[in-house]
Amino acid sequence: MELRINGMTHQIDVEPETPLLWVIREELGMTGTKYGCGLAQCGACTVMIDGRVARSCVTPVESVAGAEVTTIEAVETDPVGRKVVAAWIDNQVPQCGYCQSGQVMAAVALLKENPSPGESEITEAMVNLCRCATYNAIHAAVRQVAKA
Amino acid sequence: MNSLASTDLGPHDLSETPINLSRRGFLGASFGAFVLGVALPAGPARAQAGAGPAIDPGTRVPAFLEIRPDGSVLLQSPFIEGGQGIFTAMAQIVGEEMDADPSRFSVVAAPPGPDYLVVNGKLRITGGSMSVRTSYERMRRLGAIARRMLLQAAADRLGVPLADLRTEPGKVVHIASGRELAYGELAPAAMTLSVPTDVPLKSPADFRWIGKSVPRLDVADKSTGRATYSIDVAVDGMLLAAVQHAPRLGCEPAALLNEAQVGAMRGVHSVHRLPGAVAVVADRWWRARKAVEALQVEWKEADPFVQRPFPVMPADFSSAALKDKLIASHGKALDAEVVGDVGGAMGKAAKVVEAVYDAPFIAHAQLEPPAATARFNADGTLDLWVPNQAPEIFQRNAAKLAGLEPEQVRVHSPMLGGFFGRHFYYEASLAFPQAMQLAKAVGRPVKLIWSREEEFLRDTLRPMGVVRFKAGLDARGKPVALEAEVPGEGPRFRVNKVPLDKPDPTAVEGIAEKPYAIPNRRISQIPVPYPVMIGFWRSVGHSMNGFLYETFFDEMADAGQQDPFALRLELLAGNARLTALLKSVADLSGGWRRGPYTAADGSRRARGIAMASPFGSEVATIAEVSVSKNTIVLHDIWVAIDPGHVVNPAIVEAQVRSAVGNGLSTALLEEVVYEHGRPKARNYDQYPILPPDRMPPVHVRIIESGAPMGGVGEPGVPGVPPAVANALSTLLGRRIRSLPLSKAPLTASAS
Ligand code: FES
Ligand code: FES
Repeated sequence: MELRINGMTHQIDVEPETPLLWVIREELGMTGTKYGCGLAQCGACTVMIDGRVARSCVTPVESVAGAEVTTIEAVETDPVGRKVVAAWIDNQVPQCGYCQSGQVMAAVALLKENPSPGESEITEAMVNLCRCATYNAIHAAVRQVAKA
Repeated sequence: MNSLASTDLGPHDLSETPINLSRRGFLGASFGAFVLGVALPAGPARAQAGAGPAIDPGTRVPAFLEIRPDGSVLLQSPFIEGGQGIFTAMAQIVGEEMDADPSRFSVVAAPPGPDYLVVNGKLRITGGSMSVRTSYERMRRLGAIARRMLLQAAADRLGVPLADLRTEPGKVVHIASGRELAYGELAPAAMTLSVPTDVPLKSPADFRWIGKSVPRLDVADKSTGRATYSIDVAVDGMLLAAVQHAPRLGCEPAALLNEAQVGAMRGVHSVHRLPGAVAVVADRWWRARKAVEALQVEWKEADPFVQRPFPVMPADFSSAALKDKLIASHGKALDAEVVGDVGGAMGKAAKVVEAVYDAPFIAHAQLEPPAATARFNADGTLDLWVPNQAPEIFQRNAAKLAGLEPEQVRVHSPMLGGFFGRHFYYEASLAFPQAMQLAKAVGRPVKLIWSREEEFLRDTLRPMGVVRFKAGLDARGKPVALEAEVPGEGPRFRVNKVPLDKPDPTAVEGIAEKPYAIPNRRISQIPVPYPVMIGFWRSVGHSMNGFLYETFFDEMADAGQQDPFALRLELLAGNARLTALLKSVADLSGGWRRGPYTAADGSRRARGIAMASPFGSEVATIAEVSVSKNTIVLHDIWVAIDPGHVVNPAIVEAQVRSAVGNGLSTALLEEVVYEHGRPKARNYDQYPILPPDRMPPVHVRIIESGAPMGGVGEPGVPGVPPAVANALSTLLGRRIRSLPLSKAPLTASAS
C-alpha cells in the first residue's frame, strides 16, 4: 500500500492490520515514535493523522491509507511544532525522554487546533503518561506556547 | 539516581553492592555454552585484573575526554543517563575544573573498564543516588588534570613556563602577550602527556558552572525524537525477536503444539525454546510478537532438583496471603537498632498504641520496555546493547554466558527510557541472555524486545512492606518507647545473595535510625522469604518504610493528643539541620496548618507532614488533600530538601518533582497483585501509574546546609505517601494504614 508520512509517499508491503507504530519504526526506520504499552494506554506512540492526535500502536496501517501522517521527525518543519519544541527546551521538560515524542506531538496537535487553550483544555488534551512525572513542566511548556 | 546502597555509604556497604555469587549448573547443559545467571564473586579488583599496573580510576584523561579541533568535548561518562541529568552534571563537574564550557560537551556512557570505577574510586554503578556525591572530587580532579595537560602542551608549544599561562573557557592564554591557544589545537599534544598527580582543585568561590542551573545537554534531542534508547538500536543484518515467558517463574516449555504453523507465519525465521520462555525470531518485531503469542505452549513445572538464582513461583502464591503471613509472622527477630530499654519503658507507659501498617509490591513500570541486541562478531567478540545500571557486572555475566573473556564483550549502555532501579542485574528480569542465545542460534545479530505484558510478568519488584508498630506514651502524651518489627526481606541481601542472618539495612532503612528523640527504641527484622523476585525501586527501603513509619508517627501523635508537626519539632530539638528543614517546609507551604479546614473554593481540606533521611539527604514534605467525587484530590505538595550542597539546582528540583510523582503514584494507585502465582496486571490498564491530571503543583525548596553531599534522585519519594496518607487520615478522621489509597473507602468517620 501507499503511505503518506511527513509529506513523503512510501510504498510498503505489510499485513494490513499491522499497527502504524510498527510500520513507522520497522518499515521506515523512524524510531522517534515510541512503543510503551501497545494498548492505547500511555501515548508514547502519539502521531498526528490529518492533524489529529492518534495512538499509532492501535491504529491499523490500512486505516490511514490516503491520510497524512505526521511524526515527531517532522515536528520542526511546522511553525507550531518549532514553538512547542522551543518551549520544551525552555522549560527543560524531558527527563528520561522516552514519553516526550508523544507528549510533544500531543501538544502540537492541541495547539494547532486551538492556539490558545485554557487550563481545562490543556488538561483534557495532555493525557499521555510520563513515568518520570514531568507533568508540571509539560503543563508549563504548553501554557507558554498558548500564551505566546 | 536510583536505588542501590543504603544511606550510609561506607566501604562496608559498597563492598556488598555489585556482587552476584556463583550459581552453577542450575539449568543443565542444554544451552551449550550458555549458563544462565552465572556470575563471578568478583569485586572491582577483578575488573582490573590482567596486565599492567593498577589503574587509578578517573585519572587517565584520554579514557574520558576527546577534545575535538573545534573545541567541543566528548566525555565518556561512568554513569548512565536515564533522566536524572547525570550527563549534564558530569559535564559541569569536569568542565568546571578543565575550564571548558559544559554546553560544548557531548556525553556518552563509557564502555566497561577499570578507568570508570569512580564510585568512591572502586566501583561503578548508576544507583543509590550516589553518582555525583561519590565521584565528585575524583571527576573534578579529572577535569583539573586535563586542564594541566592542556596548559603543559601550551607551555611546550610556546616555550614558556607554566606559570606564565592561564586558562579561559576553552583556551590557554599567555598572560604577558595575550596570545591564545584553543584547547582544540592543543589537544593532540596534550593527550600524549603523562598524567600529572598534584593538580590543585578550584576554590568553590571561583566556580563558574558548579552550583548553577546549567541547561541539560540531552533536552533538545529528547524533545525532537532524536534521542535513541536500547529499543531503537539497529545493526546491520539483525533479526528481531519476541518472547513468551512461562506464566510462573521456574516453569519450562514442554510441548509447542502448533510450532509448524507458527513457523510458517509471514516473516518468521525460527521458533526457539529458552530457559523459562519460548521465542520467535522474525524479520520484524511485530511479526515475531504476533507469532510468539500465537504459540501454544505446554509448560512443565520447575524441576525441584535444579538450582536457580531466583525462587520458583508456587502455583498457589498470592500477595494477599503473603501479607497475612507477614502480619502474623513471629520468627526470630534480628535487631537492627536497640536504644534504651523498650520493654521496661513500655511497661511504665501511660498509654500503649499498637498498629500494623502495610505497603504492596510495586513494579518499576519504566516507560521503555526492555530491549537488548546481541551480535557475535567474526573475531570471536560479542557486542551487546543493553539497558543497565552496571556495565561491568553485565559484561562479566555476559562473558560467562558466552564462554568468553570479559574483554571480548563490548557492552554498550544506551540512554535509559526510565529505570528507577529496574536495570540492575536481576537474573529473571534480563532480556540480554535471551538475545545472546537467539543470536548464537540463528548466526545473526538479534534485537529482542519484551512486550509490555512480558515486562509486567517478569519485572523484579519492590518488596511488600509490613511493619508491626508499638509505641508507649507518657502521661503527657509524649512517646517514650517505640518498637517496630519488620517481617520480610529487603532487596539488597536478596540481590546480592547475602544470607539473612543479620538485618538487611534496606529492609529497615527509614524505620531504624530515625532522628526523633524517642529514648527507648527497638527495631528488628523477622526474616520471611518472598517467593517473588525483589529488587531496588526508587529510594529502595525508604520508599515504603517512609510511609509505614511516618504514618504511624501521626497515629502515635494523635493517641497522645499532640499536633504531628509540633511533636516532630519537639523530638528534633537540638538537631539544628532538621529543625531548620521542618520549619522551612512549613514556611514554604504558608505556615503549618493541619486542618481539616474549608478552603476558599468551599472544599474541605487537610494537610499532612512527613520527614525522611534517605541517601544522605534530608527531606520534609507537606501535602494538601481533599476528596471530591469519591476521589482523592491533591492540591499542592511542598518539599524542602537539604542535600548538603548541589551541582545543578534545576536538575535537583526536576528530580524532586519526578520523585514526588513516583511517590504519589505509589500512594494513590500502584499495587502488584499476585493470584495463583501470576501477576494480575500485565499492562498499564490494570496497573495504573500517575496520570497527568492527578499531579499537583509541586513546590521545591533546596537548602544547602553545607553538610556532606547527599543524593538527589531518590530522596523526594519517601515523604510523599505518608504526607498524603496523614492528610487524608486527618480529613477522614480515621487512620489509613495500607497502600494504595485507592483501596480506602473515602467516607469520613463519625469518630
Ligand atoms: S504505545 Fe501506544 S499508547 Fe502506549
Ligand atoms: S520523561 Fe521519562 S517517561 Fe516521560
